[in-house]
This record gives sequence, structure tokens and C-alpha cells, in this order.
Amino acid sequence: MEEVIANKSIKVNEEGYLTDFAQWDKSIGLEIATKKGIEMTDRHWEVVDYLQDKHKKEEALSIRGIKKSGIFNVKEFYGLFPGGPLKVSTMIAGIPKPKSCI
Amino acid sequence: MKNLVILGAGTGGTMMANHMIKRLPKKDWKITIVDQYKTHYYQPGFLFLPFDMYKSKDVKKKGGKFIPKGVNYILQKIDKIVPEKNEVILENETLNYDILIIATGTKIAPEETEGMLGDEWHKSIFDFYTYEGSKALRNKLREWEGGKLVVHITEMPIKCPVAPLEFAFLADSFFKHKEMRDKVDITYVTPLDGAFTKPKATETLHYLLEEKQIKEVTNFNIEKVDSENGKIIDYAGVEVEYDLLVTTPTNLGDEMIERSGLGDDMNFVPTNKGSLQSKQHENIFVIGDASNIPASKAGSVAHFEGEILEDNIMRFIEGKPLKEEFDGHSNCFIETGNGKALLIDFNYTQEPVTGQFPFPGVGPLSLLKETRMNHMGKLAFRWIYWNMLLKGTAIPFVSNAMSKKGKNIENVENKD
Repeated sequence: MEEVIANKSIKVNEEGYLTDFAQWDKSIGLEIATKKGIEMTDRHWEVVDYLQDKHKKEEALSIRGIKKSGIFNVKEFYGLFPGGPLKVSTMIAGIPKPKSCI
Repeated sequence: MKNLVILGAGTGGTMMANHMIKRLPKKDWKITIVDQYKTHYYQPGFLFLPFDMYKSKDVKKKGGKFIPKGVNYILQKIDKIVPEKNEVILENETLNYDILIIATGTKIAPEETEGMLGDEWHKSIFDFYTYEGSKALRNKLREWEGGKLVVHITEMPIKCPVAPLEFAFLADSFFKHKEMRDKVDITYVTPLDGAFTKPKATETLHYLLEEKQIKEVTNFNIEKVDSENGKIIDYAGVEVEYDLLVTTPTNLGDEMIERSGLGDDMNFVPTNKGSLQSKQHENIFVIGDASNIPASKAGSVAHFEGEILEDNIMRFIEGKPLKEEFDGHSNCFIETGNGKALLIDFNYTQEPVTGQFPFPGVGPLSLLKETRMNHMGKLAFRWIYWNMLLKGTAIPFVSNAMSKKGKNIENVENKD
């Protein structure tokens, strides 16, 4: 399905996650964040960069990865994206939500 | 004389030794396989051992029995791979290779979570991903008088992603059988959105949790285990109490991968998901759980990878371009208790759906549906594993590329 985000028609799934990462740009991330009640700071964008880099390299997201990244720690991650940090941050970053096989 | 070296004699490595011995001319190639342990475990059996459904002898055999004649079998610890020199340094010797296959799998790392690996490990906190853990849990369950059972996943990816859920289903059945289900409270705790995360599976299977009265705690990212007070605590401060914690610790690739500088954050080897060639070194290939490809970490996946990897290694030797044909095909039985099971068959892009398998309209197995026949299939799989899978024999009517025949795919888009 399609949704208008930041005045662009964007392909998303029924939960609102982008299905085509190529359509992502910063204005889209910003609008999703605003809808989720998150005010984006440089720190937030650093996290988004990290997540997108992992996505491009086809590497799985993990708590251990975040710990090892040296970029931010898990407590801070929860502080930046309250609630479900991976769920919210991946949506803003325009990448799929982590999931299992069924 | 050229050398093919296989690291790891588990499901993937043993299978590849059997594949390659048939393809590589003996006068030109020497095949060597290395593992530090002499026992080969039937890992799917670790799910049944705690409930006394299998005995120890059902899940372990001598690994050497499955290594084909003509393959050099070395029982030694692997120190590291030196890719620049095409060398593998073992405990007592150094091997040279022309082609290397990494099949060192994944293992649990309870030390990654604060408080998990302490005095209570294998006393009130258990894993069932190792022979030792599974057996200790069996002894515990034989005597346990009930209380709060928490079945928990630390973080993804894990080996056999549905096993914790199967454990919860089998536990329900086990305690009913012992006429003590009313004394046991079962909670399933996951870092994901739910026990099921794919749309079709959620829609078709969520009733199982309700029917079996299994509570779900979702989006739980564990920070630590408080074993003194019997609770697990997540980064958001949510606490879940337990009397018996059955956890799936963080899964990591082998430490040897880290020592060799070949892994990602989780010590999995970055691998081309279609060709199974390592992304860093063209003469290194990866099979099974050791790779970082986005397929399930499961024996069936290693099996489907096997034939493609065999062809690609031959193409590499002949200087031909590799085929990028692996589609992420996975096929898993899911025990639901009471002598029934589900079957799922899926790949990188096709989520599990309902239907018949392997023959459209006939079955005899049903996809994404609880049946007794599926449970028989799961039990029969142990024979298939020891007698066909490890030997690299193709399983009749099940191809390495996933077939869409017999599946109810209409209206199900790929959600990735």
C-alpha cells in the first residue's frame, strides 16, 4: 500500500514500515518520528545512520551489536526511542522491523 | 595435490564432506575435516530430551561414523584461520588450503547476559540448546513440583527460531499428562512483537497460545537476570518473575571466527546469500549457522544449501561464475504438543502459508496446520537425518529451491 509522507507517495506495509528503502530520505524519517512523538536530535540521527548501515550490509540488528558499536549504549537507546526502541527506530530509518520466521 | 579443508563436522560440515568426496577427483584433491569433539549430536532431539520423549542415546552418535572414507578426519581444536596465507592453525598442526568451507555453526553465550551464568545455571536457569543443558533440564522437570515457568528468548537471531515456542507447547502437554498443569503458570517472553511475527502465521496460529493458556510478554529486551529473587529484568525496567527459567541465550558464531577477524558483531561470517561465498575471501565458503545470511539457522537450511554449495565449489575450481541460487529455503516441523505438529516451508521472500506438502492437493503433510501426520513426520525426521541428510542424499520430492505448488499463496504479498 501507499501512504503520503512528507508530500511524497511512499510504499509501506500495514504497520507503516517502508517496503522500499530506496524511497527513504531524511524528511520521511522526520515526519514518521514526529508522528511517533519523537523530536529528532543529532544523537537520534546517529542511531538511524548506524541502523541503515547495518541494513545495507545485510547484518542482523542485535543488542550485542549495539553494545559493541561504541556509538551508543542500550540504556541511551531506550532513552532516545522510548517504548520499543528497535521497533520505533527501524520505522524512522525506513528499514524492516526485526522478526522471526513465523 | 590441492586441499579442501572443512572446519566443523556438524550437520553442514559432514554433509559437505559427503558431497565433495563424490565430486573431487582423488588424485588431485585431498579433503580434510576438522572438529574438536568426537560426538555428533542430533540437535533437534534436545527439544524432546527434557520431556523424556527421547533418551540420551537417541541424540548422540560417534561423529566419525558419518565421515566418508577417503576424507582425512582430524579431532583437534581450531585456533584460527589466516586467510592471507590460506592457512588454518590447529592446536597441534597447521593446514594449508586451496578452498576452505566454514561450518562451525553457532552456540549459546549465556555469559553475554548479566546474571545468567551464575550459581543458578542448570539449577533454576536452564538452556535446552546443549546436550548438558537439555539433560539437566530433564532431571529438573522429573522432580519439579510446579510454579512459574518462563520460556525466554534473549535476542535474535537464534538457532531454530521456533524451538522456544515448541518448548512452551510441549511443556503444556507434559504437565497436563502429569496431572499438574493447574500448578504451572507458563509465560513466553520474547524480544519480538509476539510469539508469531509473520502475518499469516499470527492469523492461523495465535489460537494455540490461548488454547494452551500460555501468556505472552513481548518486546522484552533483557538487561539482566536477578537469580536471587527469581526475576528477569529488561532495559525498560519491566520485570518477569520465574521459579524455573528456560532461556535461549544470545547465539554467537564460534570464537575462532572472531580470533580470525572474519566475523560480524555476532561472530557470523558475512556471506553472499545466493552463492554462499564469503564476502571477504573468494576461496572461503560458508554453510549453515556460521554464516550471516538472513535464512533460519536450521539443519534443513544447511541441507538445501548443500547442493548449491557443491555446484558452486566446482564452478569456482573450473573458473566459471558462481550461481546465486540459494533462495533461503527452510522447512521446519513445529511440535504443538499432544502428538500433533505443524509444518512450515518458506524462503527469503515467501512467508509460511497454508497448503499441502510435498504433493499439491494430496499432502500427506499439511502446512501451517496442526496434524498428527506432521508429528509423525517430525519423528521420522530423526531417521532421515542420520541416514540421508548427513550423507548428502537428496530427500525425495523436496527440492533445494522452494516450490510454490500446493501452497495457498494468493493475496499474500512479501512483507519484507
